[in-house]
Amino acid sequence: MFDTSLTLNDVWFMLKGAGVTLAVTAFAVTGGTVLGLLFGVIRSQVRPWITLPLIFVLDIFRSVPLLIQLILANALQAIAGFQISPFVTSCIVLALYTSAYCTEIVRGAIEAVPKVTRRAARSLGMTWGQDMTQIVFPMALRVGLPSWIGLTLGVMKDSALILWLGLIELLRASQILVTRLQEPMFILLVAGAIYFALSFPIARFGAHLERRWQEND
Amino acid sequence: MIEIENVHKSFGALEVLKGIDLTVEKGEVVSVIGGSGSGKSTLLTCINGLEPINTGRIVVDGTEVHAASTDLNRLRRKIGIVFQQFNAFPHLTVLENVTLALRKVLGKSRGEAEEIAARQLGHVGLGDKLKVYPGRLSGGQQQRMAIARALAMSPDYILFDEVTSALDPQLVGEVLDTLKLLAEEGMTMICVTHEMNFARDVSHRVAFFHKGVMAEIGAPDQIFGAPERPETREFLSNVR
Ligand SMILES: Nc1ncnc2c1ncn2[C@@H]1O[C@H](COP(=O)(O)OP(=O)(O)OP(=O)(O)O)[C@@H](O)[C@H]1O
Ligand SMILES: [Mg+2]
Repeated sequence: MFDTSLTLNDVWFMLKGAGVTLAVTAFAVTGGTVLGLLFGVIRSQVRPWITLPLIFVLDIFRSVPLLIQLILANALQAIAGFQISPFVTSCIVLALYTSAYCTEIVRGAIEAVPKVTRRAARSLGMTWGQDMTQIVFPMALRVGLPSWIGLTLGVMKDSALILWLGLIELLRASQILVTRLQEPMFILLVAGAIYFALSFPIARFGAHLERRWQEND
Repeated sequence: MIEIENVHKSFGALEVLKGIDLTVEKGEVVSVIGGSGSGKSTLLTCINGLEPINTGRIVVDGTEVHAASTDLNRLRRKIGIVFQQFNAFPHLTVLENVTLALRKVLGKSRGEAEEIAARQLGHVGLGDKLKVYPGRLSGGQQQRMAIARALAMSPDYILFDEVTSALDPQLVGEVLDTLKLLAEEGMTMICVTHEMNFARDVSHRVAFFHKGVMAEIGAPDQIFGAPERPETREFLSNVR
């Protein structure tokens, strides 16, 4: 169907780009989720006025366009002489960006756990920590997972912006090939297919968990 | 013994308990009746320290519930409570609902916990539902599970908060029978209830709450047969 000059080597080039995309996404989502869990618990358990500074900072990460955050962070670390590589800078910025969204998901999911359920746990003599780990987290996980999957897939796509720091991730790799081969349609189709192949297992895994949990209701 | 002395409790500007005095002896069954919003549920949640109080004190077996030095998690082991609203742990099976605190709070082994839980669940007629998730239970079954969960901890006291109010009439009987059995076994109980027949038949004393005050307390025969206060008379004439 397609008469293309895309070679196996070029596909390998794209796959290496996909590797960078996957690596940045994995770091960002892991770091962002750990921070998001921490901040989300703080947000839901501590009085709002104490957490005001945290809310403010997270709001910045959510409202300033990611591209600006990436470029500013990269420039600032250079000025400060940190000599952090663009890859690490990207991971850190994306992780903070992810954490800002993840915090809200975690907070919302925790607050969806009915108060009386938590009181039932405490009334049995469970500590705050036991209530959190045995009751709140498992219940909140069921509420928050779909949003978290959505966030992960979103971050994977947003991670394309790190090409502005000179990193050759999947989209940048595709761009380079488009420029060289002048076959935008086909190459972008391949790139899209690779993005899909990366996302599909994550989405399926989420759907699988949801289905298993629903069987219990 | 539960000693409640001059307890005042407010939610913001709303004073919900206006100086409650009540002593419940070991082995006694006290029913609490009264209109909606009179502070019945609030009193129960104060007794096991889920809610703070403003002034006064609540002493359970010599331990002041709201003293800063009190280990509430330890104290709560001997005060069971079953709430007005359904409160199953939905992600755990019926059996796991009961074994969780046995294992995590009392440190029992899985086998021991499951044995105790199965026995308690059998008691309340849920012996064939051990592996089922609470979402599959009827309202009456959920409440009986909550009762079994509280009883499995072998509490010295148990507080029931209108455990039948969220149930269809045909399910009320099965839960009340469970409570009756407990009372006959000598459990110390405070039962907030709208079931006047239950209060009359099962309790040693009946307390009538009215707008945050315990307006009257006495033997069931006296409260239902010859109430002294006009508020009590009016309340009883409305529920009958
Ligand atoms: N967490 C809370 N925050 C603010 N107000 C509350 C809270 N809990 C209860 N109240 C208020 O306190 C009052 C007493 O409530 P409580 O639940 O103790 O009444 P009750 O006697 O149990 O009523 P019912 O028979 O309807 O269950 C009510 O006016 C209620 O709105
Ligand atoms: Mg109530």
